[in-house]
Amino acid sequence: MGIETLFGDCILTTTLDKVVNWSRKNALWPMPFGLACCAIEMMAAVAPRYDLARFGAEVFRFSPRQSDLMIVAGTVTYKMAAVTKKIYDQMPEPKWVIAMGACASSGGIFDTYATVQGVDEIIPVDVFLPGCPPRPEALIHAVMEIQKKIDKESVLDE
Amino acid sequence: MAEMSAIGKKLKETFPDAVTGMKTFRGELTVSINKDYIGKVAEFLCNDDESDFGYLSDLCGVDKSRLDNSNAFEVVYHLYSLRHNHRVRLKVEIPASNPSIKTVTNVWKTADWHEREAYDMFGIIFEGHPNLERILTPEGFEGYPLRKDYPLKGRQPASLREVYRKGEE
Ligand code: SF4
Repeated sequence: MGIETLFGDCILTTTLDKVVNWSRKNALWPMPFGLACCAIEMMAAVAPRYDLARFGAEVFRFSPRQSDLMIVAGTVTYKMAAVTKKIYDQMPEPKWVIAMGACASSGGIFDTYATVQGVDEIIPVDVFLPGCPPRPEALIHAVMEIQKKIDKESVLDE
Repeated sequence: MAEMSAIGKKLKETFPDAVTGMKTFRGELTVSINKDYIGKVAEFLCNDDESDFGYLSDLCGVDKSRLDNSNAFEVVYHLYSLRHNHRVRLKVEIPASNPSIKTVTNVWKTADWHEREAYDMFGIIFEGHPNLERILTPEGFEGYPLRKDYPLKGRQPASLREVYRKGEE
């Protein structure tokens, strides 16, 4: 195995990107932005039955400064839009966003004066998760998609 | 129910001009009140020992323009007495061309936010309200979304939406 044979048992060579991505993707700290019914499924996803902890994303931080994955779960109203934007801005880089459910992705059934027609009107979204509400498995799938995305990133990108 | 109609009767005796109609449906008394008297009626119902409606459980607006072509708005008050455990509903019709009515915040403090909501959704002006501002829609919102003439899929102007997105600096 090339150079590693010279180092003995205790040393492993790899690339910086691999190590950083590995740690980032397996320790996502979500910011639970629960705005409506979808938030219930989000809670279920963290609870023991579906156990998001298996993917390292169980530490829901209620402070944006400690989190790097925003899960927008529910209907975003224009009244809430400014707050959503502000909280997103407060999250440190690197950060990712899941638009969970039909409402967050497209406004859903609420085609009205009060509802933002998709949270991507306000903040950049990495994964759109359809469903009304999506099941916890679907949220886990979304988290896995984020993990895949992180895997492709490089520390030099930012 | 005898008790409820007694309250209606007493109200009618005290303010003969104020009461324009009275209806009991499934034991619930609804009294229509002339707009000019709402302040006095509210005070009376709140303070009178027999009625003692100390609790305003709801206040809302209604746009009746497509209901009976009357081109009128309505303000509806739901009152409850904690002491006597009875309820009454007051309905006050106001013209859509000049939707204003006296505030009842001086009688029931809770009317503050309710009246702001009715103002926000219907544009009903509550005279004497301490802080009549929008409460449910964001600042700078244009129009009154629960009025029947507001378009069903109404959108705010793009310029305004931009402001919401940016948030306050
Ligand atoms: S997508 Fe459905 S479940 Fe989710 S917030 Fe909207 S209405 Fe509720």
